[in-house]
Amino acid sequence: MFLLLFLLSITVFFLFNLLPGDPARLTCGKACTPAIIEANRHRLGLDEPPLTQYVKFVSGIFVGRTFSPDSPEPIKCDAPCLGYSFNRHEQVMSLIARAAPVTFWLAIGAFLLWIFAGISLGILAALRRGRWPDRLIMGISMVGYSLPSFFIGLVLIFFVIIKWQFLPFPAYVSPFENPVQFFQTMLLPWIVLATLNAAFYMRLTRNQVLEVLGDDYVRTARAKGLPERVVVVKHALRAGLTPIVTAAGLDLAYLLGGAIISENIFSLPGLGSLAVGSITDSDLPLITGITMLTSTIIIVANLVVDLLYAVVDPRVRIS
Amino acid sequence: MIEERLTRASGSLDRPFLSVTDLSVAFPTEDGLVQAVDGVSLAVEKGRTLAIVGESGSGKSVTAQAIMGLVNKKAAKVSGEIWLDGQELVGLPQAEIQALMGSEIAMIFQDPMSSLHPFYRIGDQIVEAIRAHRSIGAAAARRETIEMLRRVGIPAVERRVDAYPHQLSGGMRQRVMIAMALINSPKLLIADEPTTALDVTVQAQILELISSLQQEFGTTVILITHDLGIVADVADDVAVMYGGRIVEVAPTGVLYARPEMPYTLGLLSSIPRMDRALLDRLEPIRGNPPSPIHLPKGCVFQPRCNYSDRVPGQACLTVRPDLLPSAPDHFVRCHLRVDEREQISRDTLRVLAGGAP
Repeated sequence: MFLLLFLLSITVFFLFNLLPGDPARLTCGKACTPAIIEANRHRLGLDEPPLTQYVKFVSGIFVGRTFSPDSPEPIKCDAPCLGYSFNRHEQVMSLIARAAPVTFWLAIGAFLLWIFAGISLGILAALRRGRWPDRLIMGISMVGYSLPSFFIGLVLIFFVIIKWQFLPFPAYVSPFENPVQFFQTMLLPWIVLATLNAAFYMRLTRNQVLEVLGDDYVRTARAKGLPERVVVVKHALRAGLTPIVTAAGLDLAYLLGGAIISENIFSLPGLGSLAVGSITDSDLPLITGITMLTSTIIIVANLVVDLLYAVVDPRVRIS
Repeated sequence: MIEERLTRASGSLDRPFLSVTDLSVAFPTEDGLVQAVDGVSLAVEKGRTLAIVGESGSGKSVTAQAIMGLVNKKAAKVSGEIWLDGQELVGLPQAEIQALMGSEIAMIFQDPMSSLHPFYRIGDQIVEAIRAHRSIGAAAARRETIEMLRRVGIPAVERRVDAYPHQLSGGMRQRVMIAMALINSPKLLIADEPTTALDVTVQAQILELISSLQQEFGTTVILITHDLGIVADVADDVAVMYGGRIVEVAPTGVLYARPEMPYTLGLLSSIPRMDRALLDRLEPIRGNPPSPIHLPKGCVFQPRCNYSDRVPGQACLTVRPDLLPSAPDHFVRCHLRVDEREQISRDTLRVLAGGAP
């Protein structure tokens, strides 16, 4: 895993920093002279060889670093330092730290919603296979799956907020400051974000449950004379839902990296919005920082899911 | 109503321990009605072993599952009567079937690799079977489980009781299945191809184990198999099934000495034997089993039978033969005359024994 993170840092850093385009040119406005650009290049450390830049970047993560040390006002960046955004005149880490909670709450809420809806409806569909609840749920899943989230988001904003005025316009506050406004703001984004995944999980759960219901050990459980409820819950679901743990863990990690569309539609200042903003501004340190962070989350989540799997399934051994 | 109950009650007095009368199981599918079991009647006395022999799709497993109560009533139509120890099983409410399953009737399945739950320890799975039917404490149930696992020949039981199924070999897992089936001392044990998935050396051990436990517990056993070769040592009676019907029933010795139905002869001819000449080819039964959706109108075996042209008037094509006695305890479903059948049987057996045709 550490090797993976190391390779990741190399890829991300060089990918963004060696792209054509001159970051130094972007730091000054219209009235730019070559002399100012060169001065800025030196101030940002961009005149050093790429390898030196990379070493400084990585050491900044572990021990912190100082930008433009020979200028009258050096910028001190404590570890873990992911860089300094010259567009925003702020450390990348503090920008991320401000955006991350928004994304965190958005992802967690949507996750709970889609897991609950997707799995319970999926089980129901499997147990009523071929009859109307199954058809209805699979129909809902098909619709949810087909609708793009920006479309659902805009429709919900138009009807719920603008036309019927059930909810005020979204304005993010921390749940610890104003829980009511927090829920009012987050409800629609949660729904939008959960819809696609819930549709997918309904299908996944239904197929899983149907598959295990036909398995030999479920027949054995029936042959023991166990009540149907015990057969389904203890024997079929225990085996059938285990692979869903994997899928769910990875999907959550993916969301924690920022839900670009939902955050933008509902103007939530999360990581997704920050990422989009950094790209439109060509804010290279910020892009690098966000990409590093989200990739790390996904790598760590992979590891956690693997470990979790070993806990749930006795056949999996960690060597 | 009362009258009916009286006749039922009195009927049970002279009824065999297990009697199946005119059992039919049909599955409606999009392609048509699949007639898996078609008018099967059986009788087994207490403590005896009946082997049901047939190839894939002959309806033997569905018959067993119908007796067990495992046939999904929403998916299948079940008709006929199944009496076990004076109790009619067909049409019982689900709760009562559940109470019988695993206590009065137990089942061992074909594939021990997939029949145990991969996520639970084997001891816990057996304890669960005990506590589904008896209210006893966890510690007592565990003691009973360990004792039963020891009886089915699991070595180092104290350690194995907490093993997961994937940590055991196929033979060991089948022993666990047997322990689980016998834990509540069932009256009837249905073994559905219990040795098919196992190595040949383990097969004999498992069959021996089932026999010896049967004697110990006085259990009645129905052994389902496609292998006539393993039946001889274990079964008291043999029923041969084909196309959802029983085509021949006899005590094991009689069936091996004087098989009469051409299908039974075909099965016997297709068993490899050590005493046959090396260059002899095995004689397979030509053709394939009939589709359970379009069963032949007359005899189900007619399309594959070498002797149907000996029956006058093409009766094999048009008239469904009945299961008729050829000797007091030997029933055959065939249009051929008895003397013709006996002649064919003698000739075939002589060839099998290595004599001239």
